[in-house]
Amino acid sequence: MKPTRWPFLLAGLLLASGAQAAAADHVHASHAWIRVLPGDLPAGAYVTLHNDSAQPAALTGASSAAYAEVMLHHSSTAGGMSRMSMVDTLTVPAHGEAELAPAGYHLMLMKAKTPVKPGDTVPLTLKFSDGSTLVTDFAARPANAVDAGGPHADH
Amino acid sequence: MKPRHLLCLPLLLLLAAGMLLGGCRSEPLPLRLTDISGHMPDLDFKLTDDNGKAVTGADYRGKVVLLYFGYTHCPDVCPLTLAHLHVVMQRLGPLADGARILFVSVDPARDTPAVMHAYVNAFDKRAVGLMGSARAVEALSKRYRSAFTREPGNADGGYEVSHSSAIYIFDRDGKARLLATPSASQDDLVHDLHLLLDTGATP
Repeated sequence: MKPTRWPFLLAGLLLASGAQAAAADHVHASHAWIRVLPGDLPAGAYVTLHNDSAQPAALTGASSAAYAEVMLHHSSTAGGMSRMSMVDTLTVPAHGEAELAPAGYHLMLMKAKTPVKPGDTVPLTLKFSDGSTLVTDFAARPANAVDAGGPHADH
Repeated sequence: MKPRHLLCLPLLLLLAAGMLLGGCRSEPLPLRLTDISGHMPDLDFKLTDDNGKAVTGADYRGKVVLLYFGYTHCPDVCPLTLAHLHVVMQRLGPLADGARILFVSVDPARDTPAVMHAYVNAFDKRAVGLMGSARAVEALSKRYRSAFTREPGNADGGYEVSHSSAIYIFDRDGKARLLATPSASQDDLVHDLHLLLDTGATP
């Protein structure tokens, strides 16, 4: 594509999305994984979100064909007590990142429609406050995994 | 300051326990985690294990015990803590066979022996799931100044349980020795467990 056509294409995209680019277009997901627990126990899903736009993006939740329910949660430990609470949004700052990681923000996956096993890949649709969505493949990991695994895992 | 002489157990008790640790220690072990020796009661409870068997604290004498309260419907912090403890056990190698992770359910309504069995074994083969009546679990929790609260449920009956996040570590004689938080470094856990497990070591 010739460089001269870029401004027109960009203008068209901006018009199509209501003058502002959709949040999901600027958010990139990495280290996406699920800690699989036995039976029908709820599982935690984790992912790192990078936002390369000048506007903050707000994650509001997710959905998946593999689970009946997905909730955005936050774990906290205060005064020696572990608590878990539902949250409405998680902001991915402009030119920044937000981490959904163990003992912090996570997606709680409930009622698997068919059993999810370690080694499986489970697509989750991440939802943002402007209605845009980002489909991300999550790696199902064993219960005793401590991170996303693989050569790019954070420690 | 740490009370030096609390570790100097009466000789009689040592003989009775058949644990000649080389006499009274004059120096406390160089432990890195929070030393609670002498500040918490010995390991004692009457609960049911994940095989459905009635067990008491005395059944774990001779083992170093890592006691942790949690519940299986806890998808984040409990699995993270147990996964970390699994890594610590792996790092201890064969010595880890002298230790047990006791995972006590604070959710007696949902945690049956079968659910607990599958759960603990997904983390470590040296982990044991313990459950009991709300009263029995509360008694154990209170004994270690720990707490748990069932939070209000949602429309489909789901609920969370807030609970103390501490890991209590007992020596082979069932004496409370250490307190660790879930964020304690694996190096410190490995270091201290090594000291407690390695009963033959010279001070």
